[in-house]
Amino acid sequence: MPLNTILITLLLLLVFSYFIGKGRAIAVSTTKSNGRRNLHSLPSYYGYMVALWTVIPAIAILVIWTIFETQIVSSLTFSSLPAELQQEGQSSFGLLLNEVKNAVQSGQVDSFTDPVKIAAAERYESVRSISLLAKTVVVLGVALVCLYLGWRYIKPETQARNKVESIARWAMILCASIAILTTVGIVFSVIFESVLFFKSVSITEFLFGTKWSPQTSIRADQAGSSGAFGAVPLFVGTLLISLIALIIAVPLGLMSAIYLSEYASSRFRSFAKPTLEILAGIPTVVYGFFAALTVAPFIRNLGESLGLTVASESALAAGLVMGIMIIPFVSSLSDDVINAVPQSLRDGSFGMGATKSETIKQVVIPAALPGIIGGVLLAASRAIGETMIVVMAAGLSANLTFNPLEAVTTVTVQIVTLLTGDQEFDSPKTLAAFALGLGLFLITLLLNVIALHVIRKYREQYD
Amino acid sequence: MNKSTQIVEAGLQKRYAKEKRFRLYGLISILISLAFLVILLADIIGKGYPAFQQTYVKLDVTIDGEVLGLTAESPEDKLYSASYSKVIRNALREKFPGVTDRKQKRALSNLVSKSAAYELRDMVVENPNLIGTSGSYWFLAKDDVDVFMKGNIDRNLPESDRRIKDYQLEWIDTLVAENRLEKRFNTVLFTEADSREPEQAGIRGALMGSLYTMLITMCLAFPIGVAAATYLEEFAPQNNKWVDLIEININNLAAVPSIVFGLLGLAVYINFFGVPRSTPLVGGLVLTLMTLPTIIIASRAAIKAVPPSMREAALGLGASKVQTVFQHVLPMAMPGILTGTIIGMAQALGETAPLLMIGMIAFVSDIPQSIIDPSTVMPVQIYLWSDSPERAFTERTSAAIIVLLAFLITMNLVAIMLRKRFEKRW
Amino acid sequence: MSTEIADKNRDEFDIEILNTVGKPFIDKPEDIKMATRDCDVFYGDKQAIFGVDLDIGKNEIIAMIGPSGCGKSTYLRALNRMNDTIEICRVSGSLTLDGQDIYSKKQDPVLLRARVGMVFQKPNPFPKSIYDNVAYGARLHGLVSNKADLDDLVEASLTKAGLFKEVKDNLQKPGTGLSGGQQQRLCIARTIAVDPEVILMDEPTSALDPIATAIIEELMDELRHNYTIAIVTHSMQQAARISQRTAYFHLGKLVEVNATNDVFTNPEHQLTENYITGRFG
Repeated sequence: MPLNTILITLLLLLVFSYFIGKGRAIAVSTTKSNGRRNLHSLPSYYGYMVALWTVIPAIAILVIWTIFETQIVSSLTFSSLPAELQQEGQSSFGLLLNEVKNAVQSGQVDSFTDPVKIAAAERYESVRSISLLAKTVVVLGVALVCLYLGWRYIKPETQARNKVESIARWAMILCASIAILTTVGIVFSVIFESVLFFKSVSITEFLFGTKWSPQTSIRADQAGSSGAFGAVPLFVGTLLISLIALIIAVPLGLMSAIYLSEYASSRFRSFAKPTLEILAGIPTVVYGFFAALTVAPFIRNLGESLGLTVASESALAAGLVMGIMIIPFVSSLSDDVINAVPQSLRDGSFGMGATKSETIKQVVIPAALPGIIGGVLLAASRAIGETMIVVMAAGLSANLTFNPLEAVTTVTVQIVTLLTGDQEFDSPKTLAAFALGLGLFLITLLLNVIALHVIRKYREQYD
Repeated sequence: MNKSTQIVEAGLQKRYAKEKRFRLYGLISILISLAFLVILLADIIGKGYPAFQQTYVKLDVTIDGEVLGLTAESPEDKLYSASYSKVIRNALREKFPGVTDRKQKRALSNLVSKSAAYELRDMVVENPNLIGTSGSYWFLAKDDVDVFMKGNIDRNLPESDRRIKDYQLEWIDTLVAENRLEKRFNTVLFTEADSREPEQAGIRGALMGSLYTMLITMCLAFPIGVAAATYLEEFAPQNNKWVDLIEININNLAAVPSIVFGLLGLAVYINFFGVPRSTPLVGGLVLTLMTLPTIIIASRAAIKAVPPSMREAALGLGASKVQTVFQHVLPMAMPGILTGTIIGMAQALGETAPLLMIGMIAFVSDIPQSIIDPSTVMPVQIYLWSDSPERAFTERTSAAIIVLLAFLITMNLVAIMLRKRFEKRW
Repeated sequence: MSTEIADKNRDEFDIEILNTVGKPFIDKPEDIKMATRDCDVFYGDKQAIFGVDLDIGKNEIIAMIGPSGCGKSTYLRALNRMNDTIEICRVSGSLTLDGQDIYSKKQDPVLLRARVGMVFQKPNPFPKSIYDNVAYGARLHGLVSNKADLDDLVEASLTKAGLFKEVKDNLQKPGTGLSGGQQQRLCIARTIAVDPEVILMDEPTSALDPIATAIIEELMDELRHNYTIAIVTHSMQQAARISQRTAYFHLGKLVEVNATNDVFTNPEHQLTENYITGRFG
């Protein structure tokens, strides 16, 4: 039975077992006097209980089976191959297996002439169909057994509601834990590949090397020795572009927030605030397009008319557009923290004869400073991790420079370039992307944790 | 009036000037930010709106059975495989009989799109009686012609600097004079998937890819997000290490760069679990993880806003905690939860970077039919097109952006309306 | 509460107020610091203060009492235009300081607030050092030209507020780290550093413990010699202890003004009597 059919059968079983459970509950209750009042819970809870008991173990088995099926099937196919082919190792087997799989799926096994391939295909097909059959039998069998057990279990005093509720509670805990699983998944996926990378390129080389050109070191014997994996230019480029973005976004965002929360009439505010937030809702790929096709040529022409040489993919263009993107982010975070400053402080200042701007500059901003700094750190983290704008508007050449008119490249640009170009997974080139990803994750993690901590402390202070 | 009052009065003018300046800075900041928005939108709309029109050419075609090697009785597979481009080419040569140079001949057949032959084929297959007849038909023009017709090639430039040469200009002028070139609404854009030829490229494939991806994201992120938020807000024990850890993780994940989620998807989903790459399935799985923090944070805020008195009322009537939450608290929090979900989905719809990592950047010229067909999504399609050198693709990129923005703005408006409509003061 | 008690309470609360009784006006014009005539205050459509006529004399402490929501704080905030910070608030009638209309176009609210300082219900020191808190107003208004003068001013103000001895070694510590009573004295020091003519106090001790309250009351009595003080208070005992005159507000109207002694021993108006004898509150 194919996967879809199994799932549909389970769905039908789910509905069926609900009614079975409910009916059974009503049946056992009415044998005594008082009828349904004997039941601990409402009859439908007995239905839910039986239904959940029937489906959950079956689904769990199905999921686990499906995850490991591919590996088990291919290793079984592998072991059936002639011994001399087995010695050729996994990679050539992988190719063979792919070929066999495609042929089986498209029904073109007949086109094979090599007896080894035919044998492999037959073996693969038989193992797969056995697995599928076994899976069907086991999954549906477990479901039916559980259904029977659940049915037997129902008595008037069975605490069906409590059982169902505890299942619901565990399901919720599981959902909440996905956040942790995600973090663990991120950490493991980047660390695992990075460790492989650092086997061929030393960590000091990566962290302190000033030359980055992954293209030259595809051949394993060159990797590392050529010094082509020095990530310093990438981090400097990232820093430069993020800095430009923050220089634009922080003053504009902060002043906008101040104006909106302290000066603007409610009519202007109700128009300007959502309009400003549109900037935050525009996809980054659109900003990238704008940066590459409009802003970068504009800056280059402007520079040329001033007699400056500007690269066509200057850091300034990417940084400027990234700054525009971050403005609403800074302004809405600043707005929050400025509004959290208690009115009594403003009153105190006004009461002594301060003007509005004096109050803002000397009381409100200093009081909100921790929150604002937290917001700026979050904005910095966002700028550092921003990808599409720099992929489209910043260059690929790893120049080590602080001149905003030159082209620089960033960590995220390199990750994208390394992983979208060639698909061979174990080359130092693709592994380097994960090492960069690790660096990116750690830097942004650090910024986020500090920022979130600062903001939380700040909020507690005025709560 | 005492002495200090006099001092205060003396300094007032200066202080008010400062006050005014400060206020002006604020206003200027907002106006600059808003100006950026206006420039951005105007730039995109200005570049993109011509793409909603496409140039068509009217040709007098003789569907010659001899040229095609067909008769009205030919079997269908023959009808399919015949060389219709020859017929189109003949029609063009007939129109401009003076062309002899080989290079110019090729340029001549490049006036119409390659799709003209397929259109003709479909017509003949549908009605084989057309063989042997003549008639005037409209065909899609080649992108260069289209670009020229939209006024994006300056004919006053020296010939060597333009994509359209003098002889091509002449043909176009003749066709225009005979009313054989016409701009119509660009249906191709909405009915076709990606193509190497700009005039045949459409966003249908990317739209379907986005639709499938969003479907998966929503089916997973919404229930999981609401369940997680409900647990954290209503059931989680206070001051529990595990719960604190979950909270810190959620807040941090909301700020992790999206590209890192792409690395996760590549390493875990594709390489470890063997989910097929380039598919809406894996895209949806990655975007689920990205969207979850947004939904959880918004849902928690919505649940927190339900006043405790509602819970106490239900509990006081003998409902269990779970019943109280599911039957009273969640329905009341639902508008807020939905608003958060829509905003999260809008973010996911515009997300590009992580999808590049999991292979949704592949060139796909078929419209995906299921969640495990290779496909691309709208933002990635925009990225792919923006990388293409042809001027016609720039235009289509902007058009795709306009379509994407239209979706995003609609989603956000729905979210705002939902919030306004159900905003309750308990 | 039984309906009987509720009805009785309402009867004692619902007495019509026609005119202010007692002595709201001061006879000698040269003794008047601030004066209001027919003062109304509105929040949007809602009127909070109805036609208050009152003179505030030089170097006196005038206490304003009344049940919650009677408008005494609103009236106080009208005296230095703090209500300007509330968008929907509107003040009409004549309010004068030394005979000049404080709501006229010519009058500058900043200058007014430098002359009429205010101390708030909740101590609200700025998140700065103690020194900077006190120096805040002087720096703002440019009252002193050099550091030595500023040091002197800070010391003098803190001394007047009775705080200097306690904090002289910690002037650079944050003002928010002080105890509640110290914070409130810091706020008073901050206010007198600007050298105002009138100090408005809005329930300055309601957030403080009895000992801190006693210290501040003592301080007010000393300040009276140099400043005019108008204080809103919740506590009738406090009004009795520190003020020379007492004004009783009820539902936005000024009911009675008399010498404090008379108000508490021999109230003229029935409502005043009901309030001070605790029949409602």
